[in-house]
Amino acid sequence: MKTGTEKLFMKGNEVMSEAAIRAGCRFFAGYPITPQNEVPEYMSHRMPEAGGIFVQAESELAAINMLFGASATGARCMTSSSSPGISLKQEGISYIAGAELPCVIANMQRGGPGLGNIRASQGDYFQATKGGGHGDYHLIVLAPSTCQELWTLTMNAFDYADRFRNPVMILGDGILGQMAEPVEPTPYEPVCELPDKDWILDGCKGREPRVIRSLYLRPAEALAEHNRHLHAKYDRIRHALPRAEEIAVDDARLVVSAYGMTARIAGGAVHEARRRGMKVGLIRPITVWPFPEEPFLRAAEHARQFLVCEMSEGQMIEDVRLACQYRRPVAFYGQGGGWYPTPEKIFERIAVLYEECR
Amino acid sequence: MNDSETRIVIAGFGGQGVVLTGNVIARAAMIDGRNVTLMVSYGAEMRGGTANATVVLSDGPIASPYVETPDVAIVLNRPSLDRFEPVMAPNGHVIVNRSLIDRDVEREDLTVTSVEATSIAHELGNVRATNMVAMGAFAGATKLVGAEALAEAVRLAFQEKSAKLVELNTRALHAGLDAVTS
Repeated sequence: MKTGTEKLFMKGNEVMSEAAIRAGCRFFAGYPITPQNEVPEYMSHRMPEAGGIFVQAESELAAINMLFGASATGARCMTSSSSPGISLKQEGISYIAGAELPCVIANMQRGGPGLGNIRASQGDYFQATKGGGHGDYHLIVLAPSTCQELWTLTMNAFDYADRFRNPVMILGDGILGQMAEPVEPTPYEPVCELPDKDWILDGCKGREPRVIRSLYLRPAEALAEHNRHLHAKYDRIRHALPRAEEIAVDDARLVVSAYGMTARIAGGAVHEARRRGMKVGLIRPITVWPFPEEPFLRAAEHARQFLVCEMSEGQMIEDVRLACQYRRPVAFYGQGGGWYPTPEKIFERIAVLYEECR
Repeated sequence: MNDSETRIVIAGFGGQGVVLTGNVIARAAMIDGRNVTLMVSYGAEMRGGTANATVVLSDGPIASPYVETPDVAIVLNRPSLDRFEPVMAPNGHVIVNRSLIDRDVEREDLTVTSVEATSIAHELGNVRATNMVAMGAFAGATKLVGAEALAEAVRLAFQEKSAKLVELNTRALHAGLDAVTS
């Protein structure tokens, strides 16, 4: 929606959709589910305007497999869904990871397990960062916490996907998808060097045919070799991509950590703690896979304790414990099933824990 | 948590235009150069049930777009007043659509601005502009959003529909402003 000023004022779902189109996404396939319905709705009219293809698929499984095909021909492509729908896509995601096809998958998480409810949640962290589908693979997973960051990271997602020939997930939640706030529509600039797509299936007239597959039956060693190749790539990603925002961590005795919407809310609590003279900081992972371990290890030098906040019963907390190598206690504040925290409640928890850190 | 933060709820029947009102207030705040978030209740709404939109205004970063204890409430019908009066922040401000709300605000700490929003909209030719009259009263009574920015946001919201709707809703906005400032 135009505003008369330079900024956009749209729901997060629409911000993400427009950013994808500006980043060159020209194929979108999806299937409706709350709270991400504005994505296919927006794409259904904007994608044809941009000269791309929008498909309302017959199912989530169809949508993800359409991405397999679109990506194999070299198109920048995207699908989006919310938790139960992302579960349905997992078979295709595993195939895409195995075939090393770049694409972007958005999950505006809602309450689970099962059909759960339609309120925001962060219950899919394990699914997003530890696998989700079968096989020994990783997605690159980005966790925006504002609509502005959603704009930027959506653009970055297409670049990371192409650079590493790997599916990238945008791990949002129902609040981020549904809330609207002003966004400066910065122009698309590639965030990294983009290799030539010399592997795509674009007609083999005058050259050897190419094959894109995830099936490796012969020779017997072929799949193990492919797995080693994938994991060498994941190591390069672990080296190149980890990103976190650190706020007031340098002298902090208590370090709060959260991602996405919860990090934004926790930021309000950390700001209040600092205003009252408490040495409290925030580490906000922006990539949740690869997980940004270094800031936690550094903070463990001076922090007495960590506090992880999530809209779940505690998932990222495991990565925080590993990242700080169990050198400090890691407390938890959160709840699953469609609950969300307030800055006031997080601050109350900070105030109690801070007494132990003095 | 943030001193410059103002948390606003707009509530009414589904169909009274609370979502649009939230959108116009939020866009006006953006035109005024403030930080703003808009969150609309989604999914489990029913025709005839209550709908609400929440707007947070701030000069600093906004931590949460959700509003637990509104500083300001624009209530367009009785069920919305019943729902939000008890959870208003201390010394909050309620803009009441007196045409459809047949009781007084009970809490003594709340500032109350009463406006015959539906009756005024009816006189202007369309009761569907009730929300814009109430929004005008909100702006006049609280000064939280500039009248010029609101008029611009109204124009942007309706210009793709028709010039007639821009004109009607702008008149409704000014009628609401006048009702509380004259």
